[in-house]
Amino acid sequence: MSEPSQDPKRSRVAAPKLLFETGSSGRSAFDGSTERGPVEGVLPPALLRGDIPGFPELGELEVLRHFTGLSQRNFAIESQFYPLGSCTMKYNPKINEAVARLPGFAQIHPLASPELLQGALALLHHLEQMLAEISGMEYVSLQPSAGAQGELTGLMLIRAYLSERGAPRKQIIVPDTAHGTNPASSTLCGYDVIQVSSSARGVIDASAIEKVMDENVAAVMITNPNTLGLFETQIEAIAKVVHGKGGLVYLDGANLNALMGIAKPGHMGVDVLHMNLHKTFSTPHGGGGPGAGPVAVQAPLRDYLPAPRIVKSGDQFQLQEDFPKSIGRVRSFFGNFGILVRAYTYILSLGGDGLEDASRMALLNANYIRKKLEKSYQIAYDDPCMHECIFTDRLQHRNGVTTLDIAKRLLDYGYHPPTIYFPLVVAGALMIEPTETETPETLDGFIEAMLEIAREAKEDPELVKSAPYSTPVRRLDEARAARKPVLRWEPGSSNQS
Amino acid sequence: MRYTPHTPADKERMLQTVGLHAIEELYQHIPRTLRERARIDLPPGLSELAVRRRMANLAAQNASAADWSFFLGGGIYNHFIPTAVDAVISRSEFSTSYTPYQPEVSQGTLQALFEFQTLICQLTGMEVSNAAMYDGASAAAEAVLLSRRLQPSGRRRVLISRAVHPHYRQVISTYLRNLQNVHLEEVSFDASGATDTAELKRHLDDQSMCVVVGYPNFFGVIEDLAQIKSACARVGAQLVSVTTEPLALGLIKPPGEFGVDIAVGEGQSLGVPMNLGGPAFGFFACQKKFVRNIPGRLIGETVDTEGRRGFVLTLATREQHIRREKATSNICTSQTLCALGATVFMSLLGKSGIRRLAEINVARAHDAFAQLVRKAKLETMFSGPYFNEFVARAKNLDEIFDRCAAQKIVPGIKLGQWYPELQDGLLVCVTEMNENEEVEKLVRTIAGP
Repeated sequence: MSEPSQDPKRSRVAAPKLLFETGSSGRSAFDGSTERGPVEGVLPPALLRGDIPGFPELGELEVLRHFTGLSQRNFAIESQFYPLGSCTMKYNPKINEAVARLPGFAQIHPLASPELLQGALALLHHLEQMLAEISGMEYVSLQPSAGAQGELTGLMLIRAYLSERGAPRKQIIVPDTAHGTNPASSTLCGYDVIQVSSSARGVIDASAIEKVMDENVAAVMITNPNTLGLFETQIEAIAKVVHGKGGLVYLDGANLNALMGIAKPGHMGVDVLHMNLHKTFSTPHGGGGPGAGPVAVQAPLRDYLPAPRIVKSGDQFQLQEDFPKSIGRVRSFFGNFGILVRAYTYILSLGGDGLEDASRMALLNANYIRKKLEKSYQIAYDDPCMHECIFTDRLQHRNGVTTLDIAKRLLDYGYHPPTIYFPLVVAGALMIEPTETETPETLDGFIEAMLEIAREAKEDPELVKSAPYSTPVRRLDEARAARKPVLRWEPGSSNQS
Repeated sequence: MRYTPHTPADKERMLQTVGLHAIEELYQHIPRTLRERARIDLPPGLSELAVRRRMANLAAQNASAADWSFFLGGGIYNHFIPTAVDAVISRSEFSTSYTPYQPEVSQGTLQALFEFQTLICQLTGMEVSNAAMYDGASAAAEAVLLSRRLQPSGRRRVLISRAVHPHYRQVISTYLRNLQNVHLEEVSFDASGATDTAELKRHLDDQSMCVVVGYPNFFGVIEDLAQIKSACARVGAQLVSVTTEPLALGLIKPPGEFGVDIAVGEGQSLGVPMNLGGPAFGFFACQKKFVRNIPGRLIGETVDTEGRRGFVLTLATREQHIRREKATSNICTSQTLCALGATVFMSLLGKSGIRRLAEINVARAHDAFAQLVRKAKLETMFSGPYFNEFVARAKNLDEIFDRCAAQKIVPGIKLGQWYPELQDGLLVCVTEMNENEEVEKLVRTIAGP
């Protein structure tokens, strides 16, 4: 395509090639090429394929330089402040990484017999207990791979529980502020979704639930604090309404980072809860996984939890499969064990008081940003926020500057933008979650950038609307990507000249 | 406190800014009854040194491949991982970033995932791949759900081979349980260890939605996909192949060559540590015409305002954050870091290396089986061709396991736990990690005194 610029003072560094566009025929970083490996006479030739067309042919340094180069085109927590709302981008401690790589954790096999896995089973058993204590729930399953799978698992538990008591019922109540996974998980579990609106104050009123709650409703799914960063103050009254009609309360624990040592879901009338270990419990997000989404329940739902479960008998840990009411497996083996090891390490490092401190500081950081920006950006809701605060682009919109523009301009200042346009109930939402691991100096730098952008939006809106300028690529044509999807490299398919 | 950098002076200044005197005032609106009981009764935090010691102690209570000989496969494989793989995925630019919602500052992750999608397409011979899923089992369940979206409502019979990994069958069953009118039926395996195609053909009819088979299957056996595909095609059923050992696809014909509709599997063997079975990633590839119905993340190529190539998340209107209850799946992650590790792994092996490594696996497994039969008097259970795993028939399995444990060997997996008719079946896996001396020791130990 066209040259980006003719200006000789601009960077002359070439854009990165794809793995498939470089290298040389016959090159490989594999060191086993001298070993005997004839397959003739062992496998019938009809079963074998030829060379894989297009597969990479690179040396080791080439591979490393390629991926190191790619890594430098990423923002990440360790290089940038990353106040992405509802994602809890806190520091991911190095000790967690070192521990998870110990051969006794990383190089163990799930189908070895339990006697050979006593350390791992002890860890899992203890982690279940710790998460139960933190959340105020009674039993925990560590099997779900991620928050969304935790949701699905939790809804399956509800369905199994209700089915045994007559009927699974038909609907799930989901607030308009919920993460998209809530309704999607409900559908996958065979339920229809009833959406309820949050009040003018951004929370769900028990009266709104009362209006739609009847014998057809299996459960209400509530996120607390909700995605507006507000504590659902009527949660206990809502639980009473739902329980009164024989339904159950599901709590989406995505925002548990606001609650540790401050309030326990298990005390709010919650029956089922999932937690995102990659948010509250510091495991790295990895560019979009792997995470872990354990599910916690109160005693009446215990028998439905996924199998196998870890039981302690004497001083030995065993796996028990025989739970006739169990919903079964939701994934292979034990879940994302390596992530569970990291979360366990984090809890050991902080202890009960440290976790409480983490939540308190997360609240303080969020409220500090809120206060400092409230004159320059429109606040979505007046009530005090918990761990995240929401602004809108209403003030900037007068000059034609949108939330997207503000987000893109932040990139030029070296900050990852907040979550944008979510929750859907807030037009032009900017959702800021600083987390507890940031210093006030970092927050001040971010606040300064936001104030500067507010000024730019007034004085030079075009500057903001065309941002970013300093990133490896500028705004990308997403419509083109969707209209004519190019989802893989093929010879001649590239947009690169 | 660890990881919270605020000094008392910081806290005071910040509280002053927000106009409060104490942090507790930030959450006075939470009902008192909740606040009063919220204290977390866990011991105080430990120093980094104490944590390291505690964790090392727990790790030492597990038998790891670092000091045991594993002949264990069954969905998780002990392969060598070049040092460069961990060096790349340990880079915090990759490990501490989030889902690439802001493409201008996520080109690293996005391009790597685009390369991953390409590698999976090349390896499986399929037309499109998503950016990975949780694991092989849930990818298999998602494949069946895709088939359900694609096939007319009159087709709701799912035929699954009993030679598919037992966990995968369980997960598919869990996922389908709450959806109306989908019927899951199992098809047996025959004396070759492959799906009983005669039985399969008897089951197939105009209500069949899809057929799910392993490739190689749980017994390590390479299924005859050509025959199965033509049986499916005759009645209009779709074919889903499930691969737990994708290294095999470096050598054997890929699912795409047989016209498989959806090819899924577990990616762990491509450069991800065993980790007690997770995290790794599931891969999901299919024919291009299904692309607007597939689950999970997709990365697409495009250009920026200056015409430069770039990559973005695309076709997001399939996904939960846009479509909510009408989404194709509820999945919201893609095990990105594990998929990245596999991308590095496959790049290092390259075209010649992946084939070579696969050949070494075949050679070692076949050598080992021959020795076990000849010297340790084990018998062949199945006659079908296999990759790096095979089933041996052995009397007194418990005794064999005890003798092996004394030598720090795990000889394989007892199949009786899932297949009552295979009580004396031992699933043995041999990879490049099992040196010749190790195999000889296994044979000697099983042969006994």
